[in-house]
Amino acid sequence: MTITINHFLIVSFLLFSIGFFGVLVRRNFLTVLMSVELMLNAVNLNLVAFSKRLSSLTGQVFSVFVITIAAGEAAIGLALTISLFRQRKTLNVEEANTLQG
Amino acid sequence: MKDLIWLIPLFPLAGFLVNGLVYLIDHRTKGEPLHDELHSHQAAAESQKHLGHPHAHMHEETHPEPKLIHTIVGPGSVALSCLFAFGAIFDLGLSRLSEGAVHVVTLYRWLPLGVNEAVGQVPGKAAEWFVDAAFRLDSLSALMLAFVTFVGFLIHVYSVGYMGHDAGYGRYFAYLNLFMFSMLVLVLGNNFLLLFVGWEGVGLCSYLLIGYDYHKKNAADAGKKAFVVNRIGDFGFILGIFGVFALFGSLDFGKVFPAAAAAGPDVTPYMTLICICLFVGACGKSAQFPLYVWLPDAMAGPTPVSALIHAATMVTAGVYMVSRCNVLFRLSPDAMVVVAVIGGFTALFAATIGLAQNDIKKVLAYSTVSQLGYMFLACGVGAFVAGMFHVLTHAFFKACLFLGSGSVIHALSGEQDIQRMGGLSSKIRTTYRTFLIATIAIAGIPPLAGFFSKDAILGAVFEAHMPTAPVWLPRLLWVTGIFTAGMTAFYMFRLVSLTFWGTYRGTAEQESHIHESPSSMTIPLIVLAFLSIVGGWIGIPIARGGDKIGEFLSPILLPLAGAHSAEHHANVSLEVLLMAASVAVAVTGILLAYVWYAKGGGETPAKIAQRYPGVYRAVYNKYYVDEAYNALFVEGLAKGGGRFLWEVDATVVDLIPNGAAGVTKAFSWISSLFDQYVVDGLVNGLADTLQAGYRMFRSAQTGRVQNYALVMGAGLFAIVAVYLVFR
Repeated sequence: MTITINHFLIVSFLLFSIGFFGVLVRRNFLTVLMSVELMLNAVNLNLVAFSKRLSSLTGQVFSVFVITIAAGEAAIGLALTISLFRQRKTLNVEEANTLQG
Repeated sequence: MKDLIWLIPLFPLAGFLVNGLVYLIDHRTKGEPLHDELHSHQAAAESQKHLGHPHAHMHEETHPEPKLIHTIVGPGSVALSCLFAFGAIFDLGLSRLSEGAVHVVTLYRWLPLGVNEAVGQVPGKAAEWFVDAAFRLDSLSALMLAFVTFVGFLIHVYSVGYMGHDAGYGRYFAYLNLFMFSMLVLVLGNNFLLLFVGWEGVGLCSYLLIGYDYHKKNAADAGKKAFVVNRIGDFGFILGIFGVFALFGSLDFGKVFPAAAAAGPDVTPYMTLICICLFVGACGKSAQFPLYVWLPDAMAGPTPVSALIHAATMVTAGVYMVSRCNVLFRLSPDAMVVVAVIGGFTALFAATIGLAQNDIKKVLAYSTVSQLGYMFLACGVGAFVAGMFHVLTHAFFKACLFLGSGSVIHALSGEQDIQRMGGLSSKIRTTYRTFLIATIAIAGIPPLAGFFSKDAILGAVFEAHMPTAPVWLPRLLWVTGIFTAGMTAFYMFRLVSLTFWGTYRGTAEQESHIHESPSSMTIPLIVLAFLSIVGGWIGIPIARGGDKIGEFLSPILLPLAGAHSAEHHANVSLEVLLMAASVAVAVTGILLAYVWYAKGGGETPAKIAQRYPGVYRAVYNKYYVDEAYNALFVEGLAKGGGRFLWEVDATVVDLIPNGAAGVTKAFSWISSLFDQYVVDGLVNGLADTLQAGYRMFRSAQTGRVQNYALVMGAGLFAIVAVYLVFR
């Protein structure tokens, strides 16, 4: 069996879905951040897959950019996590609802 | 000159304007409020009086120019009037006037009132309604004109001396000039309406001048009283004018009187009504019985004002008006009886009050009321000539008496009570002599003026022919008249005795200041005293052709047919008898007064007063008429009526506003419901809708990041789904 682009896309879709699900349901702020990383990597996989399929390097360059941004995002996210914990003595996102209408 | 009679009233009018403006400007430029200024000057004047120098005054020294203007313009304008009046009379000619010449100067059409569509109901009824501003010179107005301007001028001159130390000098002359203007309009007016304008004008000036010292309560009150009482009379007068206009369609003397003379006996009932109305007006102005109460109080005004307005001229306006309307009065025997009875009663009534008064001016005031009653008595019996004759002579001697009393008051620094006078004959000789002459004249001693006019009246009353009255009425009126004549002589000589004879009874301080008045005051006195002597000689009845005044006035004041003229002259022996009777009564009165007051020092009258205390008190208190009027009209009618009207107002009249309020309340209830449910419903409904909407949106904003993320994901899914489906 040859591995086609569809296989890559299915893996990417599952990975993105798991990440999105994690973002929606997990209470812990740290886990939510990790789920966001999953979603970003699912996108990376998609970009690389299409880069291979279309014989173009643009997709791969884009995925390098995404990895860079993800590093920044993780740094800021962790900083926010520490700050939140200092304020609330908790990392439960359910309780961080001060902006409720 | 006779075409310039319209200038005669205009000179005093101009004088009024000049005096008034100069006075106002003078007081404005000094930067002092008029009222306070008056008070301070009054106080200054009084302190000057105490020092015995009434003529040295701050006002004169610091502001001589306005005072000089007032002194020249005030009497000067009246002097010009007098000059033009005599000029006009002599230009027209005395003989032509006595033949019935009438000179009318029409200035302009004053009130064009439209066309009368009902011509011919009464003979002589005018076809066009209008009132002209026109002046009339005939023998009656010539007589009035002559003595009004002349006596007016003398009193203006007298005022220069009398009012010289008064702070309101300019105001005084302004008012006095305005009075002369009004009086001359009254005398010269050629129709009832112009007469009425003058009539109201003199009433106004009377009010202003009585209340001249308006900071004194009694003067201000007296002014108001005069004004209010005169309004009652004027109400009757104007109703009479309406009646004349309704009947004849004109107010012109030249149209009304010939029409009335030509009218048949069927107008008599209307005439009675009109004449009674006119006479009510005359009662107010000439102080006759029910309405006389203002005149004694009017003595609160300055003395020259009392002389000019309340003795010589204005109060005779009623007699003038009745005489002017003699054609109308002759048509109504009933109205004539009313005039005669009221006149006779007033003459007697006022004379009895005069017996017991102690204020020198009050005695003269009641004397004036009494003499005016005499004049109306004459008019009532148809002797209009005798009435006007008495107006003339009375103007001379009563003005002289008032000015003399002013001179006495001036000499005694304001003392008016005759109980505190006496023995002044040697101290103020000119005043004494002139006063005595005028007193003899009013007492009716021949050959002074009062005798002839009074005798003419008494003679006419004795022979009076009154068809609708009981036979005894003329005799009763004659007895009343002759009794009044005796009382007049008595109280006038009581006045002279207490004032000039005997010994001085006042304070020593006042005595030290007694001085004769300046010549500006004594010269008018001398002139008026002279006229009081000779003024009656124009109406000597016995000598054929001696009744010059009757001849002069005959075109206007025709004697009653058969009652007076021809028969009268024929019956000389009766005439002499009546004269003797009236002289005897007068002499009795004089002797009684002399014996009781000058010789006896007032003991006998005091005894009589003690024996009949009730009578004395009633007379002394003027029969409590003022009190009765106060109780009846002021307290009873005005206040009680006010209470009654208040009740009516609270119960009946208030129904209207209360009903209106009820209706308004009902409407407001309905509209409040509308407001509550419809308007508020709209507003609240909108708010409720918005509130529900925002509650819905508010619930979406949970503050939970994951909810937002879910919605974002769902939205993305939805967009992609739509894209895929509708591609």
